[in-house]
Amino acid sequence: MSSFPWLTTLGAVPLVGSAAVAALPKEKGDLAKKVALAFSTATLGVAVAMATQFKKGGDRFQFTETHAWIKAFHINYGLGVDGIALVLILMAAVLMPVVLLAAWNDADEGQAAGKRSVRAYFSLFLLLETMMIGVFAATDLFLFYVFFEAMLIPMYFLIGSFGGAQRSYAAVKFLLYSLFGGLFMLAALIGLYVASGKHLSSATFDFNTLADAVASGQLGISPGLAKGLFLGFFVAFAVKAPLFPFHTWLPDAAAEATPGSAVLLVGVLDKVGTFGMLRYCLELFPGASKFFTPLVIGMAIVGTMYGALLAIGQTDIKRLIAYTSISHFGLITLGVFAMTSRGQSGASLYMVNHGLSTGALFIVAGFLISRRGSQLIDDYGGVNKVAPKLAGVFLIAGLSSLALPGLSSFVSEFLVLVGTFERYKAVSIVATTAIILAALYVLWLYQRTMTGPLKSGLEKMTDLRAREVAAVAPLLALIIGLGFYPKPVLDIVNPSVKTTLSHVQKQDPAPAVNAQTLPKAEPK
Amino acid sequence: MSVLTLLAAAPGAVPAAPTANTFTAPHVEYRALMPMLVVFGAATAGILVEAFLPRTRRYWAQVGISLAGVLVALGFVISNHGMAQTTAADAVSVDGVTLFLQGTILALAVLAILLVAERGTAGADLDAFAAQGASAPGSGGERAAEAAGLRSTEVFPLMLFSIGGMLLFPAANDLLTSFVALEVLSLPLYLLCGLARRRRLLSQEAAMKYFLLGAFSSAFFLYGVAMLYGYSGSVRLSDISASISAAPHSDVLLLAGIALLAVGLLFKVGAVPFHAWTPDVYQGAPTPITGFMAAATKVAAFGALLRVTYVALPGMRWDWRPVLWGVAILTMLAGAVLAITQRDIKRMLAYSAILNAGYILLGVISTTSKGVSSTLFYLAAYGFATIGAFAVVTLVREGVPGRDAGEGSAVPESVGGEATDLSAWAGLGKRSPLLAGCFTVFLLAFAGIPLTSGFTGKFALFTAAIDGGAWPLVIVGVIASAAAAFFYVRVIVLMYFSEPLADGPVVVVPSPMTTVALTLTVAATIALGVVPQMALDLADKAAYFVQ
Repeated sequence: MSSFPWLTTLGAVPLVGSAAVAALPKEKGDLAKKVALAFSTATLGVAVAMATQFKKGGDRFQFTETHAWIKAFHINYGLGVDGIALVLILMAAVLMPVVLLAAWNDADEGQAAGKRSVRAYFSLFLLLETMMIGVFAATDLFLFYVFFEAMLIPMYFLIGSFGGAQRSYAAVKFLLYSLFGGLFMLAALIGLYVASGKHLSSATFDFNTLADAVASGQLGISPGLAKGLFLGFFVAFAVKAPLFPFHTWLPDAAAEATPGSAVLLVGVLDKVGTFGMLRYCLELFPGASKFFTPLVIGMAIVGTMYGALLAIGQTDIKRLIAYTSISHFGLITLGVFAMTSRGQSGASLYMVNHGLSTGALFIVAGFLISRRGSQLIDDYGGVNKVAPKLAGVFLIAGLSSLALPGLSSFVSEFLVLVGTFERYKAVSIVATTAIILAALYVLWLYQRTMTGPLKSGLEKMTDLRAREVAAVAPLLALIIGLGFYPKPVLDIVNPSVKTTLSHVQKQDPAPAVNAQTLPKAEPK
Repeated sequence: MSVLTLLAAAPGAVPAAPTANTFTAPHVEYRALMPMLVVFGAATAGILVEAFLPRTRRYWAQVGISLAGVLVALGFVISNHGMAQTTAADAVSVDGVTLFLQGTILALAVLAILLVAERGTAGADLDAFAAQGASAPGSGGERAAEAAGLRSTEVFPLMLFSIGGMLLFPAANDLLTSFVALEVLSLPLYLLCGLARRRRLLSQEAAMKYFLLGAFSSAFFLYGVAMLYGYSGSVRLSDISASISAAPHSDVLLLAGIALLAVGLLFKVGAVPFHAWTPDVYQGAPTPITGFMAAATKVAAFGALLRVTYVALPGMRWDWRPVLWGVAILTMLAGAVLAITQRDIKRMLAYSAILNAGYILLGVISTTSKGVSSTLFYLAAYGFATIGAFAVVTLVREGVPGRDAGEGSAVPESVGGEATDLSAWAGLGKRSPLLAGCFTVFLLAFAGIPLTSGFTGKFALFTAAIDGGAWPLVIVGVIASAAAAFFYVRVIVLMYFSEPLADGPVVVVPSPMTTVALTLTVAATIALGVVPQMALDLADKAAYFVQ
């Protein structure tokens, strides 16, 4: 209930930055980069300042703002964050300056050839940041949908204008998949809106009102309709996440996008899918969620194994990372639909950690690829002899991705597996084998590219420059820091998870595991 | 003259029409008719200008008269807001729906006149119309007319007559007036379609096709009117409604009458299976006219469809709704699927128009006041985006002089005809970022991306349809939207991600007329997406009929 419009400010800073960058003259590419970095850093500053104001034991949604937007449809400009949304916004805010630093020279070549402009590239990144903040901050379902769809446009141009040889194909595939999923959500959204008009005093898109009405039984949607509406939302989120079998766009998009775009695509945009499942699918349609849980768990476990197996077989570094993400998204979904507090806390934490570790992996892979000009694993070998720093960073990012204890992903993966085990023992056991596969694909990738005899053509490879170190250092610090001390994030996330579970009317299965045996503290 | 809100328009609520034995001259409320009178008056003045003014001075006089007439009419529409009455012996009803649609048509007409009036700048002649419509393509007469620098200024009065018909069509309170309005709006359009300056044979073929099919559909319409007269003994919409509720059984005359009437109306809105003319005519007609037709005719025809279904046939809705369901499904699917295969930008936009007609039918089918208001809003949103899109098409030209084979043009030109083949649009985003940006806005609106008018409109329509229980239609609509997104996005891809062709098109710099029209349409498309509240309120308030 802060009177200062934190969230609007947070969204406005990158938007202003985007306009400022776009307004610069075309020749001033370097200035555009600096301005963009300054604005993204300022956004991070605002985000951190806002996070310090967040009261852990306070209302579920804080920093709320509500203004009427389209009265005819009862649509509000409604913002507010709960713990989960807050940490995701923070993650996005952290990733953006990092990505800009990493992507510093991505568009130079195009600009020199007179084809692409540097300022457009950086301006689109900042525009995307506004959308990302908006999508997590929206508490009005309609506003959420608007950001959900509008987010596609800058990403579409980022992939389509600045990516690799097949970029146009990848961008269109990405856009059409997402639009298609989004349209299902639109249909479900309208259905929910009309249903709310029949059961409540007035139709509404306000998430709080709807969730409360669902929890109190006021919004008595018939089970059949609820299932249909659930599927509408779920398909959109499953495409976004992406969950098997809606995943085929991701490897193309991630492989063709520049590494910077790929980080944001996999690190942040796709989180909207799992975030949406956790907040919207479960809380708005608890009955339907329980009904479809076996199906979703099935998709998640298949995706986890399938992504891991395909990752092993990839010959392209970026595609490999994309497939590991599909495997990880399977695990996150598993945690969400296990419907235990540990599983969901773990899933929320995993969203952040996956953003950091996959982000780091993509960025380092980008550095590697920019040096050799090839994405093929076979073109590399023995890199640690000429570029030890690069190899070291690559290893840490990779180890975090395979959830080595002490690095951040371990905590979340462990929580997800434990949370799943409490309810679905067999599933959890199968999912655990994915960790072994993860070790296989990460370490084998490292072995093939970084160790062994130096491949010809790599003799002159340079090690990380200062700019590149500055880009990955914050990520590595967070990966290691959260690996040892995840409590700050968990403390913020846990109350939101509790609310979600109480709305779904699921208790943790008895007997409750003693909290002290787990690497997380129970929230006050 | 009772005002009936929609819900009250159910059978049984209709007051008995006063019957008089002696003839009394009908009272005419001139103020209510002023918009139409002004436009027809301006059209007549335009004809006098053609007859008496020297050729060189006609153009500016015509442009002035047309714009003034339409703007004054628009002023009258605005000043008549809130009016609810029938006049001229109940032949015309001026109510919220009429006024909203008339306002929309007139606003679209202003933009269309600006496009039609585009003659280019000193460097580039952008006249879209034949020098002399009567001279045969490729003949000596044509060359002579071109050499003499003739201009077809008669397009302006023709357009004004058509606009007048469009104003009357949604206002017509009896079926004969409807028919007259239909003919007044159609006949000038047939003519205008054949006046293209380039690819004249194609243009004349389009006009011929449109005329023949249009004449057939008019005949169907008239036959339907006769049947309904046979059934109810009146052509007044409210009398027909009263007869239906008095004898609530199906009657062959009634059902056949409705079916025939529907053929005529669905032809005009371009719904499947009466859509076959649309792509050919849209492609062949001069592009400014295509834009005008696609936007304004659709508004007028849907207005008439709304009035007939909501005022005359509410008692038969269990009979006509299933049919319209089928038509809507076919229209959406055929429009979306066929658009994917198009290689010509104008044909693609034509199929997109068909697709949109399918969406709008959802509003008609829902038979609620929300359905009416969402239809009204969508028509306005769609109209602006359509005119804008066709305005962009007029500016992308083939570069090399004399490229138009078979054109027979003797005058050397700096720009060729429109480059309507999709492949020519490759890399437009690099050649002319501003124009490509405008077109992208329109395409995104057609695709229904949030923050554009198309999204707000589609949202309103789908909400109304679900409210009215037509959720299967909404699902088909969503699927069609997904297919449609594909071909809209494909054009964006082409413009931004493809390399420009070596001998690609030139983007001409238009006179301020097209620039103004383009700016206004882009602004309207974005405004109706971002801050639609005022327009939605207006549509909500306008969703009432009188009978």
